[in-house]
Amino acid sequence: MSKLKVAVYWAASCGGCDVAILDIHEKVLAVNEACEFFLWPIAMDFKYADVEALPDKHIDLTLFNGAIRNSENKHIAELLRRKSKVLVAFGSCAHTGGIPALANLYSKDQIFHRAYVESPSTVNPQGTLPQTATPVTEGELTIPTMFDHVYSLDQVVDVEYYVPGCPPNPERIWEVLFAVVSGATLPPPGSVIGAGERALCDSCGRKRTEDKRITGFNRVATTPLDPDICFLDQGLICLGPVTRDGCGQQCVKASNMPCRGCYGLPPGITDQGAKMIAAVASVIDAREPEDIRKIVATLPDQAGYYYRFSMSQSMLGRKKA
Amino acid sequence: MKQIVVDPITRLEGHGKITLFLDDDGALANVYFQIPELRGFEKFLEGRPVEEAPRIVPRICGVCPACHHMASGKAVDAVYHVTPPPAARKLRELFFMGEYIHSHVAHFYALAAPDFVLGPGSDKAKRHVLGIVEKVGLEIGSKVLTFRKYGHEIMKLVGGKCQHPVYNVPGGVSRPLTEEQRREVERMARECVEFARFSLDLFGKVVLENPAYMDIITGPAYVLDVHDMGLVDAHNRVNFYDGRVRVKDTAGNEIALYEPNEYLENLAEHVESYTYLKFPYLKRFGWKGLVEGPESGVYRATPLSRLNVADGMATPLAQAEYERFFNTVGKPCKLVLATHWARLIELLYACERAVELACDPEITSPDVRTLPTRTPTEGVGIVEAQRGTLTHHYTTDEKGIIRKANLIVGTTNNHAAICMSIKKAAMALIERGKPVSEQLLNMIEMAFRAYDPCFSCATHCLPGHYPMEVTVKDSQGAVRQVLVRS
Amino acid sequence: MTNDPKIVAFLCHWCSYTGADLAGTSRIKYTPAVRIVRVMCSGRIEPSFVLKALKEGADGVLICGCHPGDCHYQEGNYKALRRFHMLKEMLGQFGLEGDRVRLEWVSASEGDRFAKLADSFTEEIRRLGPLAWKRVGNESERRVA
Ligand code: SF4
Ligand code: SF4
Ligand code: SF4
Ligand code: FES
Repeated sequence: MSKLKVAVYWAASCGGCDVAILDIHEKVLAVNEACEFFLWPIAMDFKYADVEALPDKHIDLTLFNGAIRNSENKHIAELLRRKSKVLVAFGSCAHTGGIPALANLYSKDQIFHRAYVESPSTVNPQGTLPQTATPVTEGELTIPTMFDHVYSLDQVVDVEYYVPGCPPNPERIWEVLFAVVSGATLPPPGSVIGAGERALCDSCGRKRTEDKRITGFNRVATTPLDPDICFLDQGLICLGPVTRDGCGQQCVKASNMPCRGCYGLPPGITDQGAKMIAAVASVIDAREPEDIRKIVATLPDQAGYYYRFSMSQSMLGRKKA
Repeated sequence: MKQIVVDPITRLEGHGKITLFLDDDGALANVYFQIPELRGFEKFLEGRPVEEAPRIVPRICGVCPACHHMASGKAVDAVYHVTPPPAARKLRELFFMGEYIHSHVAHFYALAAPDFVLGPGSDKAKRHVLGIVEKVGLEIGSKVLTFRKYGHEIMKLVGGKCQHPVYNVPGGVSRPLTEEQRREVERMARECVEFARFSLDLFGKVVLENPAYMDIITGPAYVLDVHDMGLVDAHNRVNFYDGRVRVKDTAGNEIALYEPNEYLENLAEHVESYTYLKFPYLKRFGWKGLVEGPESGVYRATPLSRLNVADGMATPLAQAEYERFFNTVGKPCKLVLATHWARLIELLYACERAVELACDPEITSPDVRTLPTRTPTEGVGIVEAQRGTLTHHYTTDEKGIIRKANLIVGTTNNHAAICMSIKKAAMALIERGKPVSEQLLNMIEMAFRAYDPCFSCATHCLPGHYPMEVTVKDSQGAVRQVLVRS
Repeated sequence: MTNDPKIVAFLCHWCSYTGADLAGTSRIKYTPAVRIVRVMCSGRIEPSFVLKALKEGADGVLICGCHPGDCHYQEGNYKALRRFHMLKEMLGQFGLEGDRVRLEWVSASEGDRFAKLADSFTEEIRRLGPLAWKRVGNESERRVA
């Protein structure tokens, strides 16, 4: 059996997805046996030019992590799309924008202003900002252009599969790689792989009352965390109802913390935020506008909770500055 | 003018790029190191409930997520004016030691060791961790994988989730440690101590007893005379989780010892248009550019600096190694490559400290949280990240919604020092009129690899080494020479 | 006219749609800017319908259901009310004026009231101007094809 030709790439990424792949630990060696790597910046030495020189569709499988944040990310996404038979959006950032896409609530100018001008440790009387090209005495220096918006991978190129998670659970990664390596039939393009088909709530073992009634929301900051009762029952926002199963309940079970939705949307849902509003609205115990308003006021930052990992995929845009 | 672009992790990743300019005689004119990315955490934290920050900021770096989680958690405690109970404080530290073990093991074996164990002049194709496995045996290779894993296992046992943790809550942690989990943590931590000792022995035999390597380490290409910074406990010993930030000048005199909320009096950041990364510097000296010496504002926050600023280590085995270290290299030590040795001493300390904490009778206490009751305002949290002093600063409204956030992260501290070390190494190698040799690549690599720079997560890989490509261009921009390390 | 606002109105079948229908059969004149979508109950209006309408180009969204106590499905309009208040809050975070989405109760006999409501809401949206937000970022940054 010839080896599977694989590439792994990070765009606007924290590197955690790559660390997660390496966290299959000893199995790394088995993967190394079964796969021939054409690009894996964290682990191996291949160059841009090498990839460009490959015939189109030469790479069997590309695991692409990180969001599209600048011109370089986009350029490489396009290159790897051309060279790959199967392109996988790997991890929340590539899948739905991830944490970096929280920046979509602000403009690039606002972000620059905060980082380079306004921050209290910054001393920048001239108001210098990073420039795509900077002339220096010896020549010119260039850096990629930062976009005004953070995109998921499928917003710039076509994608065959999605592996959700921030980062994807190493066990699942191994299952995916093993399936591909062993030649198992792959699901239809567009599918989410390496995750469940239900909502996290369906497998969460916490006790919940079917007819929840909430008269005010609590915050993790100021509330004791009960280890056995559903967080929503405790009045704490938990994204379980609108999050795909598959992480191994790392927050809700292993850490006694509510879910923030990194495994993305379960099947049949198009917008995590919209769906979460529906889910939360149904547990609010009030009928009068005034009472409802008071309860909603105890719940700050809905956008930041509901789209914590999926802002790029939100149906909502940002108002032009 | 010739232009050489060194793309240490290939242009592909876009997480760091070095450009060397030669003048027409082929002498080095200047070196620029660029970071091509900004993600804007300082802005998009605004509007988020402050207790969510410890869950958001780990995504700054997937290689050291626990550092951000810890600094952020401490900043949030400060925002709420709450002090976690002793057990919670210890659990956080224990969790953090797990990450130190994971990270320091990976760095030493995947990056530093290939140069020393195999030698900088060895076959390039084998100068990675698999090459080490070949030379020292498969047993050690699998040990490396095991102990790297132990680091993560300790984190999972203590905090539930290791990659992007969710453990810190205002006033403590999200859950206590069971006795069963504690026993497992203790077992692994004890084994880690042995492995750390083994690693130091290996370093001693292979490097310290080899005059050729010692010549490299002490050679002028790798000396950098800048100030040092690091976190110390009440007895001025190295501490990763808590304490005050101590700064020593180039001569080794203490010039600052500050609490987290005093960071703005001590630090400032400079902006250049050619890179997205800022340059922090010591405020008392001001920004004087990328220069060495007692009057420069440039400082370093690395394992080496932490040893330099401290009076010792808080655990016995690490203390013995600390003494051996300074007896050998002298204090303060300005040898960039000695950072690797310092890192191993830190590894030993982290392992010993993990054992101490795992054996602390209080560690399984159910009392892991003090619920905040006061109105949130403003707070600063500092921990020592593997790659430098990490500062998180949040200001909130009375509901605890973040109004402003300011972050000075690990590697950023060393930005100026890294630039300068690269330049020095390049200057030592590039001779007027001679073609640039392939060896330059490794020399430059070695210089910045010592900092374990976080922007290149290539530093945490198995098997791994930096791919490198140097393109020498003439003044018309035509390619004269291409050097490839593969 | 090009700067006429585009408005989507979700009307519940049992009361509000009948009310709007009455406005029509009674030949009560009201703005043509409102495009009506009939749903069985205001409680069936998923928040995603509202977002979709805005995303697809609506400048305002009107939601109408039976008066409190009159919902054919008992609780549907209360559910709609709770969703509406949450949605309004969140839209604000995206820089969107809360008044672009409105919820009103219209009974089957209130044809006249519906017509007035449609007109006044249209006026309100006209005053706010077109919804000039970045829908999915900057075209030039995105996929060229
Ligand atoms: S999905 Fe999470 S782990 Fe992966 S790159 Fe993005 S932030 Fe990092
Ligand atoms: S809402 Fe959260 S805690 Fe409740 S059942 Fe769902 S996943 Fe579990
Ligand atoms: S519980 Fe939710 S946020 Fe936590 S890892 Fe699982 S899917 Fe992600
Ligand atoms: S049927 Fe009219 S609102 Fe429910």
